[in-house]
Amino acid sequence: MNIILVLEQTLNGLQLGVMLFLMAAGLTLVFGIMNLVNLAHGSLYMVGAYLATYFYQLTGSFVLGVLLGLAGTLVVGIVVELVALRTLYERGHLDQVLATFGLILFFNELMAIVWGRAAIYTTLPAYLSGHVELFAGLRYPLYRLVIIAVGLAVAGLLWFVVARTRLGMLIRAGASNRAMVAALGVNIRLLYTLVFGFGAALAGLAGLMSGPIHVVQPGMGELILIDVLVVIVIGGIGSIRGALAGALIVGMVDTLGRAFLKPMLATVISPVAADTAGPALASMLIYLLMAAVLAVRPAGLFPARG
Amino acid sequence: MNRRTAILLAGFLLLAAVPSIAALLGQPFYVDLLRRVMIFAIAALSLNLILGYGGMVSFGHAAYLGVGAYAVGVLAHYGVHDGYLQWALAIAASALVALVIGAVSIRTSGIYFIMITLAFTQMLYYLGISIEEFGGDDGMRLEVKSQFPGLIDLNNGNAFYYLVLAILVLVALLGHRLVNSRFGMVIRAARSNEARTRAIGFSPYPYRLAAFVIAGAVCGLAGALLVNHTAYLTPEFMNWTRSGELMFMVILGGMATTAGPVLGALALLLVEDVLSGWTQHWQIILGPLLVLSVLFFRRGLAGLLFGKDE
Repeated sequence: MNIILVLEQTLNGLQLGVMLFLMAAGLTLVFGIMNLVNLAHGSLYMVGAYLATYFYQLTGSFVLGVLLGLAGTLVVGIVVELVALRTLYERGHLDQVLATFGLILFFNELMAIVWGRAAIYTTLPAYLSGHVELFAGLRYPLYRLVIIAVGLAVAGLLWFVVARTRLGMLIRAGASNRAMVAALGVNIRLLYTLVFGFGAALAGLAGLMSGPIHVVQPGMGELILIDVLVVIVIGGIGSIRGALAGALIVGMVDTLGRAFLKPMLATVISPVAADTAGPALASMLIYLLMAAVLAVRPAGLFPARG
Repeated sequence: MNRRTAILLAGFLLLAAVPSIAALLGQPFYVDLLRRVMIFAIAALSLNLILGYGGMVSFGHAAYLGVGAYAVGVLAHYGVHDGYLQWALAIAASALVALVIGAVSIRTSGIYFIMITLAFTQMLYYLGISIEEFGGDDGMRLEVKSQFPGLIDLNNGNAFYYLVLAILVLVALLGHRLVNSRFGMVIRAARSNEARTRAIGFSPYPYRLAAFVIAGAVCGLAGALLVNHTAYLTPEFMNWTRSGELMFMVILGGMATTAGPVLGALALLLVEDVLSGWTQHWQIILGPLLVLSVLFFRRGLAGLLFGKDE
């Protein structure tokens, strides 16, 4: 286990972390403000990936594909909010979970009808592929660095919008007392739709960036969704700060666990046993972490105020 | 005899007559379908105990289906085919898993509870995938069904059907007794008002945990039945969509009713069967159907059939 490998895996963990954060931010915002549990958030991630891939292949331009994919996901998010989710705000969490579960089935099948069930692979344009030599001995894929940069930039932007702008002020006010905000003459419905569309676009961004790394296929959203749920439970539901902390912790623990748990176990138990136990334990690690966090702090690490 | 008893009795007789009717029509497929429905009805009944009566929205109930199935499958894998042993292990193992998951989860409530139960089940799902010895992703076949020498042969489709029916009736009756017992009253009281329940001297936690473990154990038994029904098992038994389906069965049929989960299992699996006969893209119809049922069909099938208060 050399230092280069550790650094490389740490970067991978950071990259997974920012990806999880993009998803978690939207989910936790929607929960914090509208009190809505939206399991179909993973579907928006999938929609973003499909639309970006489609537009990229159509136009031949990666940047255009990304922009159109983002805009498309925003529109899909707003339509879903207007048609289905709006009526769910007043309902209990059970109804919300079930209805959005129905939406997941719908979206997965819709993608399968339009683009087929087979996984779609995308290639990166030349200027994004290739490696960068960070320092002697460590060559890291450029695209993953771009993802980390975009993710951190979005995190900064999100902080700025929520903490420093009038829109952010309304969002925070809506989260703590929606009736009062409405009484002050703010169109709270429009605000909700905006926030939801915004969260959808963030999920779409995560999805379309993941396209070239993983594969694009129906059901891809649910794989990440459950990790994202772990993230926001660890961070504290409704808190963006918590989402960031949770995402980075989960990203690191998951990536480093998968990379180093097996060799570390092999030094303690027999290599054969480590071969079996390592991957099994690594895939369970973040759930065990979540259980440990909840045992100590049942409301997560950074509970939302109010 | 009141209306409710009459309907329940009629339903039971109808289920009992299914193998004969199927034989008359020359459609043995229906015995298979209804056996599957009843196995899921047992699982849904167990979920109803904590979800409907206890107000604990477990989004991970498929875990116990999987644990029960794997208990049978793993023993069979090592050449142990004794049914009593297999099913006892299925019940014990799923009760134990429910005890561990419940002990952590019940400390939380609301949305945290939903997500934690989901995450724990996902953890077991990944565990199932990563154990190569038991087939990993592909799962494994159950070459020999559970053996109950001298009692019943599960390879006989009709005999297996009646065994499942008997277990279903037993679970429904015992469940009914349980929720109307002192224990059940505490569970229901804690659901409707936790503060008052504490005020009259009951700590809800141990009662909830006990209900959670009972539900897990019963669902483990359903898992043992399911693996004998399908003759194979995969981690997909524990997939989170399975948990969602079980929840839908309870909601669709009517929460906190005895007949509800059975009706819900019947309705959901029949609709799935009909839709998948029409088109391979049946989920695109089922999805919106489920959304609509949540939005507009709040009383459930049991409410429709029995009037306001079953």
